[in-house]
Amino acid sequence: MTWLSITIAGIITYFTRMTMIALVDRDLLGEKVKAVLAFVPSAVFPAIIFPGIFINDYGTFIEMNDPKIFGAIVAILVGYFSRSVIATILSGLTSYWVIIFLL
Amino acid sequence: MLTKKQLFSKGFLSVAPHMLSVIPFGIICGAIGIELGFDPILVYALSIIIFGGASQIVFLQLLSGGASALIAVTSVGVINSRHLLYGAVLSEYLEKLSFIKKLLISYIVVDQGFAESNKFFIKNKTEPHLHYHLIGSGVTLWIFWQLSTLAGIVLGSFVPEELGLKFAIPLTFIAIVVQDLKKLDHVIVMITCGLSSLLFFNAPFKSYIIISPIIALFVAALVLRLKK
Repeated sequence: MTWLSITIAGIITYFTRMTMIALVDRDLLGEKVKAVLAFVPSAVFPAIIFPGIFINDYGTFIEMNDPKIFGAIVAILVGYFSRSVIATILSGLTSYWVIIFLL
Repeated sequence: MLTKKQLFSKGFLSVAPHMLSVIPFGIICGAIGIELGFDPILVYALSIIIFGGASQIVFLQLLSGGASALIAVTSVGVINSRHLLYGAVLSEYLEKLSFIKKLLISYIVVDQGFAESNKFFIKNKTEPHLHYHLIGSGVTLWIFWQLSTLAGIVLGSFVPEELGLKFAIPLTFIAIVVQDLKKLDHVIVMITCGLSSLLFFNAPFKSYIIISPIIALFVAALVLRLKK
């Protein structure tokens, strides 16, 4: 039963990846839709970022003095000016660790 | 013009820094499956059959919590429906590929690979073998995902939980969108999506992950209309 569910979940997931690439003719999308699609990264990733920062493992909101907020601000500033993915992630993690381990 | 090999290595290099979050997340994902009491083979099979971090964890958590298979499968579908948006964006650059190649390349479309290859595509529209960049980024993510979930399954959660490495996941995605903070229209769209995701966080089937992008894209359409 579990294997059947995994297989179905896998097929559905594959279809989410494949449908727009292989089955849907891009010409069907109008110019307006294509212009809106340029916003996809900005419209999708904050839905991973915000809950990852503001909601804890138990599904409740964190306190406003949570170290993750500080870590995220540092990461945004460092990322903005350095344009480096490694610097963004490492600065966010280390500033977070400094608060939870040293302060 | 870049060779296929050069494009492949550029794809590899573009996602390499994201391994800082992919590897710990993969380890957590594998270890959680074992902790929840699932057969190791089954836990690992998810990495090949579904190949989508968050949805794999949710799937196992739901099943172990006594949810029906229907609910678990629906949640996976809802969480992964964002790939439809990635596909719609990428299709512009993959149009000329044969049907078979499109079917194969689709399997390796994941968040970070889509994000980094899409950035490259926007700047290099005229390159003839663009898709090798996506293959480079996707294959890299696939290999590291397989190895890290396997490591989590075999060794358990050997990364101390106190380190809070789950926090690397939002950081990875901050690194992806941070340069778009320069553009006001993108900032509006990002804040819309982020606030919606908090507002709808408790919606059934983890649907905030697709509800918020849809709301944010509507706002993007409005912004585009106002700009004219």
